[in-house]
Amino acid sequence: MTAAGGSGQSPEARAMSHKSNAASNASLTGRRQPEPLIFEKSVSGRRAGSLPALDVPAKPLSELLPESELRGELRLPEVSELDVVRHFTRLSKRNYSVDSEFYPLGSCTMKYNPRVDENVAGLPGFRQLHPLQPEESAQGALRVLYELERLLAEITGLPGVSAQPVAGAHGELTGILMARAAHIKQGRVRKKVLIPDSAHGTNPATAAMAGYDAVTMGHNRQTGELDLEDFKAKLDEDCAAIMMTVPNTLGLFERQIVEICRLAHDAGCYVYCDGANMNAMVGQVRPGDFGVDLLHINLHKTFAVPHGGGGPGGGAICVVKDLEPFLPAPVVTRRADGSYGFDTDRPDTIGRVHGFYGNFNAALRSYAYILLHGKEGLPEIGANAVLNANYLLAKLRGHFTPYVDRACMHEFVLDGRSLREHGVRTLDLAKRLIDYGYHPPTIYFPLIVPEAIMIEPTETESRETMDAFADAMIAIAQEAREQPDLLHHAPHVTPVGRLDEVRAARQPDLRWRGGIEHDAAESKAEAKHEASIQGRY
Amino acid sequence: MPTYVPTTAREREEMLRTIGVASVDDLFRDIPSHLHKPDLDVPAGLSELETLRHLRQLSELNLDLDHHASFLGAGAYRHFTPSIIGHLIGRGEFLTSYTPYQPEVSQGTLQSIYEWQSLVCELTGMDVSNAAVYDAATGVGEAARMACALTRRKRVLVADTVNPLYREVLATYTTGPGIEITTVSGWRRDGDRLERSEDLAAEIDESVACLIIQQPNFLGWVENVDGLAARLRAAGAILVVVADPASLGLLRPPGAYGAGIVVGEGKWTGGPLDFGGPLVGLFACKGEYVRQMPGRIVGATVDGDGRRGFVLTLATREQHIRREKATSNICTSEALIALSTSIYLCEMGPTGLREVAEQCVQKSHYLADQLGGLDGYRVLSAAPYVKEFVLRGPRAASETNRALLERGIIGGFDLGRYSPALADCLLLCCTEMTMRQEMDQLVAALQEMGR
Repeated sequence: MTAAGGSGQSPEARAMSHKSNAASNASLTGRRQPEPLIFEKSVSGRRAGSLPALDVPAKPLSELLPESELRGELRLPEVSELDVVRHFTRLSKRNYSVDSEFYPLGSCTMKYNPRVDENVAGLPGFRQLHPLQPEESAQGALRVLYELERLLAEITGLPGVSAQPVAGAHGELTGILMARAAHIKQGRVRKKVLIPDSAHGTNPATAAMAGYDAVTMGHNRQTGELDLEDFKAKLDEDCAAIMMTVPNTLGLFERQIVEICRLAHDAGCYVYCDGANMNAMVGQVRPGDFGVDLLHINLHKTFAVPHGGGGPGGGAICVVKDLEPFLPAPVVTRRADGSYGFDTDRPDTIGRVHGFYGNFNAALRSYAYILLHGKEGLPEIGANAVLNANYLLAKLRGHFTPYVDRACMHEFVLDGRSLREHGVRTLDLAKRLIDYGYHPPTIYFPLIVPEAIMIEPTETESRETMDAFADAMIAIAQEAREQPDLLHHAPHVTPVGRLDEVRAARQPDLRWRGGIEHDAAESKAEAKHEASIQGRY
Repeated sequence: MPTYVPTTAREREEMLRTIGVASVDDLFRDIPSHLHKPDLDVPAGLSELETLRHLRQLSELNLDLDHHASFLGAGAYRHFTPSIIGHLIGRGEFLTSYTPYQPEVSQGTLQSIYEWQSLVCELTGMDVSNAAVYDAATGVGEAARMACALTRRKRVLVADTVNPLYREVLATYTTGPGIEITTVSGWRRDGDRLERSEDLAAEIDESVACLIIQQPNFLGWVENVDGLAARLRAAGAILVVVADPASLGLLRPPGAYGAGIVVGEGKWTGGPLDFGGPLVGLFACKGEYVRQMPGRIVGATVDGDGRRGFVLTLATREQHIRREKATSNICTSEALIALSTSIYLCEMGPTGLREVAEQCVQKSHYLADQLGGLDGYRVLSAAPYVKEFVLRGPRAASETNRALLERGIIGGFDLGRYSPALADCLLLCCTEMTMRQEMDQLVAALQEMGR
């Protein structure tokens, strides 16, 4: 692929004429009038959805509900069905997505999720199933949950599984509460959870939510791995758990993990593994085998639940046998007669973490995905995710500086400081990638890497896609040297340009008000903080 | 076995050469070799056709509510899902995008969240809403934690008329920070009289962070909230209301009676039952509480040329910035389900949503009239109700349900699971989906079962 158009063109024209994915996406090319809010399309008296006529004799409402309980005005939009369809279709076209663009968002595993999963999740026998139906009337659904949990147990090497947590952070909370319950059961009160400085923000937030002090451990600048000495210094009888991400957020396998687990166990401390990066390990290595006690899996990353713009996902928790009694209730079981049911007699359970049994519909997708791949296919996921990441790293090495230069797992992190001498930041590079038709990588994370650029291609991307992306990255690095303003003003092809995030925080406009006066109850100090974090993640 | 990996064997060799290693296994050399490539006990992969066939067969083992009359509610409600919803949320641009971290290429998702926030505020009568939490149950847990943070207190009152499953999650969510939960009795039974407690405020004092109630409550009736918010305010405490979006088509919004935080289950207005998940939690509050709100919030702003656009904002509450000081650890939530609820509310509009609620009221009262007239049965509901009522029968509710299932009917919720004092009672639910013919079927079945 030739990078950015011919000479003599304006920067915008170059961006526009560039042969990129974006150019073929009419809605993303060029600035357009904003799509109005659906409220702004409302016309009094206009209607869409309909119901059947009431098929029972109607009584005057006043006989059934006192007037004092009834509401006055309800300001929902009054629109036609076509208005609704067109509005949301137009909104959809203002998104980049895996279906249309390469989406190398590190840590998020934006791979192609087989569409057959959508059909599976849409089977009527699952969709119209009430969660409180008698067990004998929901045997198919119970069997799916049971078998998915057994498959995840086998893939992770951790035999106790619950698919009840609905997201990664939810799985983390479940796991840390389980570790806490296990300590309490053994008469131990502990106060700390150890977390590497490279961890996702959810880890310390989870520790705090579970009532623990989050203690940060450093990393070894040369290897990119946990600073073992710092860990040893901080590990004591007051540590309830250590939360490790494996591979870590630099995309590196923690080579000391077996030793870390042993040391933790010697101190009576549980090892929690954040499974956000499980995609690298599927079929290649089992966290249970290297000594992890608890692990959550982001079903929406590794096991093919589409991310939906921020969920629904799944955060199944997998634990060693000793921790099984603490799993959230109820637990799906297979009874002696071969039927499936819920075990509610769980005296040591941490309790329920979800209104029902978690994201069943996500569990269905993951179950189907694992069945499709099977014994031979599962290791190919990890193998190709790692192959692709190393290939892309090899293409970019020499143009960009890896934070730690060694073989990576499913993703890698670049140090973006080399662009700084041209007055260009990682944020600018990310925005310029949009002009080339790519969703930017994760930026400014992990926090330990200056100007971080975190790239995860996933196993479903082809070599051509990665070649083209590498060419674009290299072309942009050249632009940074020659025409830095092109990057400063990017993106040029999107419906809106860079947005004023400081204003958003300083003068919060969080809802349509329809003429009702804005009640500015919000502080200004926060806005300053907001400004300092602009563009992060 | 299908493959979703495009790389051919030849490409793989070339890629390995570019990387400078001999084999893919070489890339895994950081993994202790004795742990590498475990022999997984997993069946061989299936084709797409076989997978679909297998899952369809499993789905047919279920007795689904399209084919069986059902009067189950108790926190999961069957409302009509208009056809456009599946088509719109199935669009790849919504389905396969990530959390909107890069606003310029996520305006669709961001604007749809801003609209969701606006719809939730309108529905609940509150000032601000977040981009949603996992479900109503975890919303209750988050609301309790938020009320404690706002008041710097550690005691939470919860009415026992709040869904018992929500109260279980509340207990799980508050155990870490050591929040004390006190359950307030919201009902009493005296023979065939079931009465609502007229004083949910009895336990309120200056140690209390909040009182959590549900409206309509778990037993289906409308709680008496008169003066509740004022008494809480006088004690420096917050009223937390669990609301039902469909019922809000008719009922006055919690903002109108002084709620400080409102949560609710948004799944049923826009999506099918899905065996209870994914769900989506509405989460709204008074404007002055916004800095303690969990989860993502979208705000409107402008770009350099003054065009309106949307961004994630007030992120200094969140885990990726604030880490252990965040208001919650929530990250990925239930965006696509929130989108389905937004589309539903737009499709139905104010008139349609009111009609849904009215049909629930009319149908549940009709069924109650029919059943209350049966020998051995009596409707015990103590107060006005919208879609659920309590029916006392001549035998244990569990037995009634079993006998109904033999007749192909999914009965009601066995209230013996809620309280031993109600073991002879069913909680029955009607929505606009419940057909008169199904109600007649239930009446005939109970009649046939006799006393």
